[in-house]
Amino acid sequence: MYEITTTRHNHLVDSTLHAWSWQIPTYLFLGGLVAGMMLISGYFLFKGRYKENNCSCYYLPLFSIVLLSLGMLFLFLDLEHKAYFWRLYTTFQITSPMSWGAWILILVYPALILNILMRVPKPLINKIPKLKNLSDEFLKHPFGIKITGIINMILGGMVGMYTGILLSSLGARPLWSSAVLWLLFLVSGLSGAAAFVHLIAKNVYERELLAKADNGFLVIELFVIAMLIIGLLTSSKSHMAAALILLSGPFASSFWVFVLGLGIVIPLIIQLLAVNHKIHHTPVAPIMVILGGLILRFVIVAAGQYSHWF
Amino acid sequence: MARFGMVIDTVKCVGCTDCVVACETENNVPVGFARDWIEQIAIGKFPDTHVEIRSERCNHCSEAPCVNCCPTGASHHSEFGGVVLVTHNECIGCKACIESCPYGARFVHPEGYIDKCTFCIHRVKEGKDPACVSVCPTHCMHFGDLDDPNSEVSKLLQKRKHHSLLPEAGTSPNIFYLT
Repeated sequence: MYEITTTRHNHLVDSTLHAWSWQIPTYLFLGGLVAGMMLISGYFLFKGRYKENNCSCYYLPLFSIVLLSLGMLFLFLDLEHKAYFWRLYTTFQITSPMSWGAWILILVYPALILNILMRVPKPLINKIPKLKNLSDEFLKHPFGIKITGIINMILGGMVGMYTGILLSSLGARPLWSSAVLWLLFLVSGLSGAAAFVHLIAKNVYERELLAKADNGFLVIELFVIAMLIIGLLTSSKSHMAAALILLSGPFASSFWVFVLGLGIVIPLIIQLLAVNHKIHHTPVAPIMVILGGLILRFVIVAAGQYSHWF
Repeated sequence: MARFGMVIDTVKCVGCTDCVVACETENNVPVGFARDWIEQIAIGKFPDTHVEIRSERCNHCSEAPCVNCCPTGASHHSEFGGVVLVTHNECIGCKACIESCPYGARFVHPEGYIDKCTFCIHRVKEGKDPACVSVCPTHCMHFGDLDDPNSEVSKLLQKRKHHSLLPEAGTSPNIFYLT
């Protein structure tokens, strides 16, 4: 028997920790999605696919900027001392992943704007005609475009990794203290972004390519989830208990059904059939992948807060 | 530099919660929140059971994860005694420190910043003990410099069996429980 009676009853802390609500997993999901989009767009720029008129590298940065801003709004909404938000940018705390993230996100905006400059949306050109000249000039420099691609890939990779490291640096939560969480969130972000391009791409080659790539990402994601679980199960008692929260505990149904089943395995089967021309491409699979990525963040954040040392 | 810590005798503690009330009064802790609290831990199988009563609070860890994860530097070790403190007007209320604390010692103050035990640093600077220590009716709580071998707390740790909470979390807590 091990029974604890406590007089503590702090809001958001007791009886189980739930300090981070919907805002943080949504922010982590959007951050991961943007990271994946930056990697894909950056890759296409680097490979010279921007010469294709309907290349996704022209519209992905627009989506990225909107989704990232939305994510940062959610992050802001989560803050309890909102009036002091600016304090994030008066210092750099080298041991704090959140501080790293805040500064990386500041660097992401110029990289996305540089990407958008390659083809400025018409409503913006109508307002500021000089942007058209800037855009034309930019397209005359293939080396500059390659560099933009590389910058987007590097920053995208950093954002994708940061979303996982943010959690795994908080060692008090055994479920999060895993060295592969950053990889899981990075691959999941890439998978979500590939599914997004698969869903809306006008270019048939890109749609096929991203559907195939997404299948690869989903397989890697399954492998990383297996490594995460095995790593926890072979660690301390607290870590084992944390793994069991997902496998057979209160979050088991959402983990098995929504994250693994509907979020990875079923869309993987559908997309494998589609890329092998057994069935037509369907928007169902990529939508399931994107929603699966969102639910993954919700499950990991909530189950992580439920896990504790004992 | 001094390293302030506490030594609490679980054999003497009766769980009266005087320390909790003293803290609430001294520090204007909002109603419904607690900077310190009482835990009763029952271990074993009848008839071989054991109950430990502990007065708990922030452990003012030397390797404090809450200090490391703070994005603004609001959570910090004070120069006076290495006490873990939060500068209210630097805290953005991101709650990363709450997530990083294995002891659940922090909470969101209704005004938005993160709050926790300060070892009553304002009293200690005046040469007094923290409020919880000063009111304890069984004198089970002791406060002092753990780096001074002649302090009361150091001598108690030399003489008596003791343990800290979750040492496996690697935070080097500075509160010890005599058993």
